[in-house]
Amino acid sequence: MSIYVLEEQLNEFKIEVINKYRDTKSPLMQILQESQKRYGCVPVEVQEFISKEMNITTAKINGVVSFYSMFSLIPSGRHILGVCTGTACYVKGASRLVERVEALLDTEYGSTTEDGCFTLAHTRCVGDCAQAPVIMVNDEFNGKVTSDDIPKIIARHRGKNCKK
Amino acid sequence: MNKNILEKIKVETLKANPELNEPHKNLHEKEVRVVLKNCDIINPEDINHYIAKDGYFAINQILTEMSQEDVIKVISDSGLRGRGGGGFPTGRKWDFAYKNENDTKYIICNADEGDPGAFMDRSVLEKDPHSILEGMMIAGYAIGAETGFIYVRAEYPLAAERLQKAIDDALELNILGENIFGTKFNFNIEIRLGAGAFVCGEETALIASIEGNRGMSKNKPPYPAIEGLYGKPTIINNVETLANISQIILKGSKWFRSFGTEKSPGTKVFALAGKIKNTGLIEVPMGITLGEIIHDIGRGVGNKRKFKAVLTGGPSGGCLTEKHLDQEVDFDTLVALGSMMGSGGMIVLDDHDCMVDIAKFYLDFSVDESCGKCTPCREGTIQLYKLLEKITNGEGTLAHLDKLKKLSKAVKKTSLCGLGMTAPNPILSTLEHFYDEYLAHVTHKVCPASSCRGLIEKYIIQDNCVGCTICAKRCPVQCITGERKGLHVIDQDACIQCGECFASCNFDAIITK
Ligand SMILES: Cc1cc2nc3c(=O)[nH]c(=O)nc-3n(C[C@H](O)[C@H](O)[C@H](O)COP(=O)(O)O)c2cc1C
Ligand code: SF4
Ligand code: SF4
Ligand code: SF4
Ligand code: FES
Repeated sequence: MSIYVLEEQLNEFKIEVINKYRDTKSPLMQILQESQKRYGCVPVEVQEFISKEMNITTAKINGVVSFYSMFSLIPSGRHILGVCTGTACYVKGASRLVERVEALLDTEYGSTTEDGCFTLAHTRCVGDCAQAPVIMVNDEFNGKVTSDDIPKIIARHRGKNCKK
Repeated sequence: MNKNILEKIKVETLKANPELNEPHKNLHEKEVRVVLKNCDIINPEDINHYIAKDGYFAINQILTEMSQEDVIKVISDSGLRGRGGGGFPTGRKWDFAYKNENDTKYIICNADEGDPGAFMDRSVLEKDPHSILEGMMIAGYAIGAETGFIYVRAEYPLAAERLQKAIDDALELNILGENIFGTKFNFNIEIRLGAGAFVCGEETALIASIEGNRGMSKNKPPYPAIEGLYGKPTIINNVETLANISQIILKGSKWFRSFGTEKSPGTKVFALAGKIKNTGLIEVPMGITLGEIIHDIGRGVGNKRKFKAVLTGGPSGGCLTEKHLDQEVDFDTLVALGSMMGSGGMIVLDDHDCMVDIAKFYLDFSVDESCGKCTPCREGTIQLYKLLEKITNGEGTLAHLDKLKKLSKAVKKTSLCGLGMTAPNPILSTLEHFYDEYLAHVTHKVCPASSCRGLIEKYIIQDNCVGCTICAKRCPVQCITGERKGLHVIDQDACIQCGECFASCNFDAIITK
């Protein structure tokens, strides 16, 4: 089993996150959200650590983590690319954009490219439907995207922080 | 903080920023601004701007002059109905929670905005966050709650940030906190982020999520107004509902009723998207006709295409068609027509959109989002999706249509919460209004909209091609050739039938076989 979050990071997590929420009401979601934000995931070692610190069963923690689509067990790639597949984007051709992205990156939706550069994330409406179809890359918003924009969008981010 | 200080801030801010009194720009004559009155006018990060637009005068007024009953009466008299989809009378809901005595009660603002293709609440949260805080405070005073939660969907980080700033600024002026306006009223607001689950927009699931659990729905009754968050009486209101509250207090229930219809007073914000020229948010009086929204304000579908339908109510709703253009848009009419208001998303479709495919899209969404607690919804939506998949792939039969209808009704009847109870609506509504289109798929194996790729053998460019080169640019396998201004041709052997060219040609030069 791979370890994604190290011992000393867990200590830091305890001081900066767990201690902050320890005495608040129903803090589990917020603690999990902090882990997702910091490490890009809520891996088993973090779940076990929270369980021990907060006295919540791992079964309960795992149940919550698996229920919500924002939480993942393994870290995502460098860039998170999401073609919005909300209704407005769908009727403006989002599924063809998804196919194009999958073909260009040789990866299926929901997974990460082999070089770790892109994770294709399921995205349902980012609230900018007037600009449909929309592609998000991390926090970068791309509106009224056409299929020939996609190679450019990918190339632009490939350069950033990616080996290849 | 008191009224004099509020007045002083108002006068000084208006003097320094005269533009705050300017009217909204580019409004269509049929549009009004009630919920969106401050949006794009004030700086949402400046509490003084909000005060300059009479912000926090309503909470001051009720705390110093009105009893809890008075407040509930004004809201009841206004006829305000919840904008989160169901249209339940807000005053009546507050009254339940008010009468249900308890030391601790809660107010929750539902800012989960789950309908994919709707973005009304996002705008209000980002552009006028204080109006939501004030609405919650008034609700809190009315029912006797001292704590409020705003449940914001995770996809809206900017909204959460602005709300937090608004809360901090209000605390600093002691508009939130203890002994507000020198009275005995205390109120605090906390933000909770969602984590990507549509069902958490449903009130019992939302409560479960705030309590730190899987967001699963519960049987109702008990309703949250009786037994909600941590078992306490809880009022859950939608963002847009809350954005109306302070203005109803300041201007009165009669004023509010000057907009809209007898049974659906006030205005509604709609998010226009899809195949329509003017996309974006509009706010109109309830009772405006569908045609006025689509053709006058939205300026029609454009691109020489033909208007086909508009989807309302998202995955819980249905479609309205050409023949409904004269119908008035309000809560009850839309339900009578087999759709529903929902939160206000309107997705316009043209003659290239296949209604069976749209129903399949929504079912795919419901399959993804079903929380899995009850079998009719968990398994039923999967079966419905599979039936639709067969039909769009050309493997459908007449018997499948029958089964589709029966199963839809069964899932509606037996599901535990609103998600399952409404998930089959897009099927039933499209079956009702576009039965011919379903028939064409199963008997002739044809998709009249040329949208279902399982039923298309090839794409062909006709002589009316003007050589604009767009299709060639967009073809993912570069199998379209032709000179600029010359007739283009598709290399059928290389074509992967993706449909991109068909969708991008603005000259109707591409047909399907
Ligand atoms: C599956 C499902 C999803 C819902 N999503 C939302 C939502 O995103 N926002 C919302 O305000 N109400 C949503 N609702 C309705 C809420 O349960 C609730 O009725 C509403 O927030 C009450 O507020 P209102 O009376 O002000 O409309 C949803 C209901 C269901 C069944
Ligand atoms: S109807 Fe669907 S979403 Fe609602 S409780 Fe049942 S399985 Fe969960
Ligand atoms: S259907 Fe797709 S692959 Fe075939 S010609 Fe059109 S764009 Fe190219
Ligand atoms: S997009 Fe249409 S008009 Fe333009 S080149 Fe292609 S087929 Fe011809
Ligand atoms: S549907 Fe894509 S942004 Fe809303």
